[in-house]
Amino acid sequence: MASDNLALTAHLMRRAGFGSTRGELEAHAARGYADLVEDLVNPERFPEVEEDVLERYYGWLEGVQGQVWAAVWIYRMVNSQRPLEEKMALFWHHVFATGVSKSDHPPSSIQQIKTFRRVGLSSLREILLELSRDPAMVFWLDNNENRKGAPNENYGRELLELFSMGVGNYSETDVKMAARAFTGWTFAQPLGLYPYGFYPSRFVYREEDHDDGVKTFLGSEGNLNGHDVIDIIAGQPATARFIARHLYNFFVADEPQVPAWSVAPPRDPEAIDALVQAYFDSGGEMRSVMRVLFNSDFFKESRFKRIKSPAELVAGVMKLTGANRFPDTRALDYADATAAMGQQLLNPPTVEGWHTGMEWIDGGTLNERVNFAVGQAQDAASPGVKAIIDRLAREGAPLSPKEFLDRCLDLVGPLTVGEETRDALLRHASAGGDLDLNADAQREAGEGRVLRMLQLIVASREYQFA
Amino acid sequence: MKRKGKEPVLVVTQLSGGNDFMNTLVPYASGHYYDARPTVSIDAGEVLPINDALGFHPNAAPLKELYDLGKVAVVQGIGYPNSNRSHFRAMDIWHTCEPDKVGTEGWVARAVRELDPHGENVLACVSFGKGLPRAVAAPGVPVTSLGDLERYGVMTDVAEEERGEALDVFKRMYTPASTGPEPAMERLSQTGLDVLRGIDLLKTAPETYRSNVEYAANPIAKGLRDVARVHLADLGTRIFYTQHGGYDTHANELPTHQRLLGELSGAIMDFYQDLEEHGAGDNVAMLVFTEFGRRIRDNGSGTDHGSGGGAFIIGPGVKGGLYAEYPPLAPSRWLNGEDLRHSIDFRGVYSTMLEQWMGLDPVPIVGGAFEQIRPFS
Repeated sequence: MASDNLALTAHLMRRAGFGSTRGELEAHAARGYADLVEDLVNPERFPEVEEDVLERYYGWLEGVQGQVWAAVWIYRMVNSQRPLEEKMALFWHHVFATGVSKSDHPPSSIQQIKTFRRVGLSSLREILLELSRDPAMVFWLDNNENRKGAPNENYGRELLELFSMGVGNYSETDVKMAARAFTGWTFAQPLGLYPYGFYPSRFVYREEDHDDGVKTFLGSEGNLNGHDVIDIIAGQPATARFIARHLYNFFVADEPQVPAWSVAPPRDPEAIDALVQAYFDSGGEMRSVMRVLFNSDFFKESRFKRIKSPAELVAGVMKLTGANRFPDTRALDYADATAAMGQQLLNPPTVEGWHTGMEWIDGGTLNERVNFAVGQAQDAASPGVKAIIDRLAREGAPLSPKEFLDRCLDLVGPLTVGEETRDALLRHASAGGDLDLNADAQREAGEGRVLRMLQLIVASREYQFA
Repeated sequence: MKRKGKEPVLVVTQLSGGNDFMNTLVPYASGHYYDARPTVSIDAGEVLPINDALGFHPNAAPLKELYDLGKVAVVQGIGYPNSNRSHFRAMDIWHTCEPDKVGTEGWVARAVRELDPHGENVLACVSFGKGLPRAVAAPGVPVTSLGDLERYGVMTDVAEEERGEALDVFKRMYTPASTGPEPAMERLSQTGLDVLRGIDLLKTAPETYRSNVEYAANPIAKGLRDVARVHLADLGTRIFYTQHGGYDTHANELPTHQRLLGELSGAIMDFYQDLEEHGAGDNVAMLVFTEFGRRIRDNGSGTDHGSGGGAFIIGPGVKGGLYAEYPPLAPSRWLNGEDLRHSIDFRGVYSTMLEQWMGLDPVPIVGGAFEQIRPFS
């Protein structure tokens, strides 16, 4: 059986990243939990993904052929040596859900994710400031239409409702004031092609279009500009709580969907309190909040309490099988796979973001999830699968059906399964008798049995959980 | 299996990418058309005329044939205000009936919820093609989504001879947990078992299917053949969804569009002949739509995203003919100086299908009361 340290490390890597190969997992476990957390929250200790390799294979990375941009992101999820940096980018993408559907302008969406990658662990104040200056967001929520004397409230409202405080913590007047404060925050586009030309956009502050009248926002009065509004928001207890719930839902355990938060209490109020405390202790530094989160007991005790998002499932399967370690002709298939499972990266359905947890699962998406995982696990030559077969072979003596099953569950996760799944898999293993990969006559059949067992395990309900 | 009577069945066919309606039903008598389309037009001498103003694309002969038989209602100038030119967004709008805000529930799924309120038949709605179009997705509405009928189901990558055992293990693994209800686990169990039930039911479709109709080898022919096979297996499916891609003809439109219309109209003809051969077509109506029409002027090689396209309602129960109005072609009447004007809202066409064909109250499904046409009276 797996040591608890190994299982806990695997849990941390599933949540703070996208899983790990067995080799990575053992190295991480040897590092020790607290030190590993420090490595994760300090991604700059490790090299970045070399995008020039990708560029050689995929061409212009900001191009618009198919879903290249989503494929590149999945590659990064699998290969980044800075897993938390990539995971925070996905987290903020969930929270600040911006869809490429409206703009048809992938370069801006790609740029936004790069920004999340860059500032994802910094202070919430800085993150919200970057968000407000982000051309993809400006366009998505119409802040380019937010003019002096003719405010458009879309961004001001969602900034409060979905990106920081949550409904019930501000008034309609605050929304109007926030909108006025962000007048003049727009973007420029070098070429005016339909819809905007595939050239990067950049933030522009138009002084002459900014409403510099006196505004009262959440009790503060003055000639408030956007950054003043963000300062005020970042200091609100409601903001700390709202972000804490988002973090809990994304990193710890599934919560109800965001619109329910104003009525449904948190699943673990003490955990939320601890994260709020960490937020204020650190001046809203996400790096510190994440350190507290990963080191907490509530996190360590939350194994398999979240349903994997499609991106987590796809990247996690690749960590297991060793696929996509190098730019891969199937890259677009991987992007299509998450889309078929209900998560088209860079294109969340609404500004509310994806509904998570159980809502990932319906007949169509479960079918896709199971078939993707089973399909990926069918190749005995893939490095991850081959490594598992080799490990089982190195055990020397033939394995009893129970040993065979336990070793496989360990090597896939370690994965904990319920009684029904265990019985079903054991029954299957027993039908083949002992597994002997070292007897020449049985090697090929034995490899087939291992493959089948891996396919069945990744098809299980338990495998859907992170 | 007992024949489930003649409940009306709807087949939705989505042309993805934005079909060029002007080159599908060509206004061959209009000088404005040829002025706007110096390169990407169909010669008047080649069209298949249906009257002295309009004619089908020459490669859509089977569709013209069905039209002549009175089985095709052409909905001219379909659209909605402030038509969106993004494929994703426009398709979302068609899928959710929400042009002004972002919707999450599909109109087909809402209809399925009315047809099968307790979700008793996992095959009440069957969608063919990769992924689940948002039109058929809504929380709590089971939809069966197939890439390929032969290979439908879970564990399809397991070798044939071992697949039975794999499915058996799958079923056991998804048995509801004995250790008390945990909602996420329960949802997974239920969904997994629903998928298996769907597989079991669908297995009969290819096994029992016999036909003299030979469909062509292209995606829409394959899709409609799958629809026919499932429909003929009498599994209680009320709405089918199928897709034909490639209509985004910005460049080199003429040969591409010709091929697509040939594939589409041939497949529709084969589909109805197949159903007719089995005496099973009378209760089937098809709605063919696309997310937007294309720009009036060509770009020298193809056409860019536009608005105001066309839709087709096809079937033995349809009263064929032209419905709504062909978009005005005089440049002074162009929408925003470059686009086709719509004369009927797409939600009115959905309402037509829902109310007059399926017998459902369309208002809650499409989000309001919209003017309908009368292609079934």
